Amino acid sequence: MKAWLLLGVIVASTVSADLLQSREMKRHGEVRELRRLGALARNNRLILAIAFMAVSFFAFMALVQVADLSFAVPASAATLVIETVLARVVLKERVDSRRWVGACLVACGVALLAQ
Amino acid sequence: MPRRLRWKTRLFAVLVILSNALGNFSLKWGMERQALLTLSPLDYIRAIFSPWVMLGISLLILWLLTRMALLSWADLSYVLPVTSLGYVASVLIGRFFLSEQITPQRWAGTLLIVGGTVLVGMGSPHSGAES
Repeated sequence: MKAWLLLGVIVASTVSADLLQSREMKRHGEVRELRRLGALARNNRLILAIAFMAVSFFAFMALVQVADLSFAVPASAATLVIETVLARVVLKERVDSRRWVGACLVACGVALLAQ
Repeated sequence: MPRRLRWKTRLFAVLVILSNALGNFSLKWGMERQALLTLSPLDYIRAIFSPWVMLGISLLILWLLTRMALLSWADLSYVLPVTSLGYVASVLIGRFFLSEQITPQRWAGTLLIVGGTVLVGMGSPHSGAES
């Protein structure tokens, strides 16, 4: 039960962080030099994204203590399905049918791994 | 997509997968040797400053930076499934280095994830957002 609760915290905070991160990094444009990433540290939305990632990470630290790594890591991929849908709906990315099928296969895989 | 960006994308995808898998392993290895976490921040601080957990966190920071860079030119719906190969690596690490019992369902799930990842990787990493 504790593992599923921690997983819920991980999924919700990861989805929020990834959406914020992707939108802000796209607004910035392609990163050509890694040291340029430092300049992004003052972006409030990226700071919020990092805060969500921190919550997700602390929950993950607790999760690997009570569950197998071969459960904890794949189970956290449950975020992927929600994120593919939100990438289409919120970020307006074009998600072609091959990517949809791929994401669905990954989702089925995660469901099996979690058993 | 230009040839330069295609190779850069592949290189960063590999970096993202490796840093994630090795980071997760170090974290699990270190956390197993810690007292069970409570809600107290002191527990987390103590755990974070143990050598294996610190190594895991360093690798996961590398994962974060390379993944952020990748996200700046490739779609989220490409980046996520491709880097999900790291999940497969974690199952293999669990089996061979952490002596975890992997049920047939978990192996089947791993293969499905690989299949899904290959399908997604066949597409272009950059479709461009709709206006």
